[in-house]
Amino acid sequence: MAKKEYSFYPGCSSQKLASGSNYQVAVDSMCDVLDIQLNTIPDWNCCAASIGYAEGGELPRLALSARNLALSEQANPGQDVVATCAACWLATRETKERLHHSDDLMKETNEALAAAGLNVKADQNVRHMVEVLVEDIGYEEMGKHVKKPLEGIKIAGYVGCQTNRPFGIDGESFENPKYLDKLVETMGAEAVDNYDKKVSCCGGALAFSEPEKSQALIKDIIEAAYDGGADMIVTPCPVCQMNVEIYQNDINAKYKTKFKMPVVYYSTLMSVAYGKNAKEAGLDGQVIAAKQLNDIAAK
Amino acid sequence: MSANTAAVERYRNSFLKEVEANVEEGNWVKMCMQCGVCSGSCPFGPDWEHPPQELFMMIRAGKREEVLTSSSMWMCTSCYNCIARCPRELPITHIMHGLANYAHRLGIAPKNQPTRRFAKMFWDNLSKKGRVNELKLGVSLYFMNGFVSGIKTALAALPIGISMYKTKRLNPMEYFGGHGVKDTSGLHAILKKAREIEDAKMKKF
Repeated sequence: MAKKEYSFYPGCSSQKLASGSNYQVAVDSMCDVLDIQLNTIPDWNCCAASIGYAEGGELPRLALSARNLALSEQANPGQDVVATCAACWLATRETKERLHHSDDLMKETNEALAAAGLNVKADQNVRHMVEVLVEDIGYEEMGKHVKKPLEGIKIAGYVGCQTNRPFGIDGESFENPKYLDKLVETMGAEAVDNYDKKVSCCGGALAFSEPEKSQALIKDIIEAAYDGGADMIVTPCPVCQMNVEIYQNDINAKYKTKFKMPVVYYSTLMSVAYGKNAKEAGLDGQVIAAKQLNDIAAK
Repeated sequence: MSANTAAVERYRNSFLKEVEANVEEGNWVKMCMQCGVCSGSCPFGPDWEHPPQELFMMIRAGKREEVLTSSSMWMCTSCYNCIARCPRELPITHIMHGLANYAHRLGIAPKNQPTRRFAKMFWDNLSKKGRVNELKLGVSLYFMNGFVSGIKTALAALPIGISMYKTKRLNPMEYFGGHGVKDTSGLHAILKKAREIEDAKMKKF
């Protein structure tokens, strides 16, 4: 297949020594195998995620994402914008749609951007990396590169919220999307059937401001994975990954559970299956080690 | 006259009109048919003083004070379940954000609401250098209720911090710098202009 190029919006958590830096490592390894070239948007900024609204309001918030789109149009004209973070994707795609829906917003946003000599058309597609995999690469092609099938591992596909709603992946339902399960099986692992918490909320940013309420949600997400016989959870979202992985000790202390469930990214699974070593797959970024993946990567 | 008093004066007879004019996506409120699917779909549903469909009816009933000073809309986790399921396709998540932002701008949102305070910290953090400084965000969150409680919270969170540090997902040096955009002055100019345009719309009262 010919090399595919995208205008890449990495997002704050993907940066060096940030909370999702291991995600980026695995994405780079995965893209290397699939011949995907990510052209980073020069000088990209934060999208304000789903919590910036309170202080930011409507126009300053949209202007943030519009700046990224404007920079993308300059540096990578004609290329689809691709994000790996669910919140980055959502905010950017929402901005594109809102600007096209309202002439006033388009005008006001461009007035704001003009303060830095920028202008936005917002006519590129704004896509999540998962869409690139499913739609542009396809399961068959993804499967062709598997060198070490992830045999004997049972995985709960936790899609979460913002990769799934309000936009979601074409052809998938909001209530029971199947792409993550298909991807797990394409890598040679077994997907947990009927994982009932696959699109439930982990609390998102409110894991910080409302820790008890959020951890009650996270507990249910992990418990359902254990109930389905899962060895680990896989997710496409850096906030889901962090929230579901790092609070397990606190949850154990509060609820007298014994959770020790690894939570990995789809790109982690793919990198290992594609024969990358533990470091290249970002496995050294696991707070809860995914031992079965480490073993396969070491083979 | 404060922005809040000005708004009360102008929209004396209709809180719905006030919401339609000033709240992001507020023109959708009247479309709610009170089915309650949003409230039943909300992950923090039981924690809302007034769930979304109740807020919508309260807006139409003119219960301005009760709506805007409520902690309810601050319970939104942005999961978008309500949007995906609403039979009338109301952008409920955005309306909740809009109501929260409007109450915050008028200065009448509950002062100590933790998500309100966190959201402000998040915006201040990201807009300073254009990218989130995760370490400073965490530290300011832990210390938001003062020094003593901050030390307690920070100590409780320390094991998580250490595990993130060990896995190279947290950088202690970020406290003294950290990531940012190169064109900070351009970014600040954009945000300033955007804020001016938005404020000018409010001043039309």
